[in-house]
Amino acid sequence: MHELSIAMSIVEMAQEEAEQRGGVQISAVHLKLGALSGVVKEALLSAYEMACYDTPLQGSCLVVDEVPVVVFCPTCQLQRPLSSTQLFCCSECGTPTSEIVQGKELEVVALEIEEWAHNPA
Amino acid sequence: MGSQPRLVEVRKNVLKQNDVAARALREQFRTAGVFVVSLVSSPGSGKTMFLEKTLTLLRQSYRVAALVGDLATENDAIRLARSQAPVKQITTGTLCHLEAAMVQNALQGWDLNQLDFLFIENVGNLVCPSSYDLGENLRLVLISVTEGEDKPLKYPTIFNSADVAVVTKMDLAPAVEFDWSSAYGNIQAVRPGMPVFQLSAKTGDGINEYLNFLTARLDELRTPAAS
Repeated sequence: MHELSIAMSIVEMAQEEAEQRGGVQISAVHLKLGALSGVVKEALLSAYEMACYDTPLQGSCLVVDEVPVVVFCPTCQLQRPLSSTQLFCCSECGTPTSEIVQGKELEVVALEIEEWAHNPA
Repeated sequence: MGSQPRLVEVRKNVLKQNDVAARALREQFRTAGVFVVSLVSSPGSGKTMFLEKTLTLLRQSYRVAALVGDLATENDAIRLARSQAPVKQITTGTLCHLEAAMVQNALQGWDLNQLDFLFIENVGNLVCPSSYDLGENLRLVLISVTEGEDKPLKYPTIFNSADVAVVTKMDLAPAVEFDWSSAYGNIQAVRPGMPVFQLSAKTGDGINEYLNFLTARLDELRTPAAS
């Protein structure tokens, strides 16, 4: 269960970004989560809530974009989606392959920032 | 006066800090010419016994050392010290995996130039260690025959992230009716082409094939690439 430390890194990262932008308010963090990242979405979502507690990100939400595994098939010479992480082979011709093209992502891709239409000051 | 969200692109790897530390370690290992093996397995699969045997046998011809991660206790370091190789314990507290920075800290005071092999025993866990690069040359996943043949299918992520698999406690295979070809097939299903060794750390059966594999990899590392 390392999702809490992952969630804390996400919050820390978002907080740094917010500070660099002059202390803006972040309402959501968008994350790409690969099926082979070793991180479980549900556990991460509840850990995120805990990690946000008492930080400027409290109340923000984590938007998770789950990335399926795509492998390269040496026979077809094409990228193919993997039908199961329990069987690394081409979904078309069945050639075994370990060449992973995507699916390991654990990446903050975007932040939703609350922007004031008029400066309240 | 109202607010509207604006989407700002960031693109930052969450594990960037660990990856940066792992890259620095890898460079440090490369410069020193030391071959680094990390070990992952479930608790109780016999990692410490396996490592003790590995250290004892390799030590006859090579300079070896080990770092061992555990939640608590220094028992493993004490057991491994019997191999006469330098051993340091990394106690992680409640953390379920090792991170690159912990390895960096633990290596302080050690001269890597004086080593041929460094082993890093991760915390017994087949889930969390998969996400953390430790700068190692080789990630070895260990399973024992008592855990069942379907372990690779249950933990595909860690098996997929590994470079070599070792099936140990083969001396117990008949007693637990272990089906080697099924286990081998499952490993190949989640990581096609991965080398797999079967051995008994207790009796020593099969251990030479695995040690020869390691020493060949060290030779490869030290042979300057043909230009």
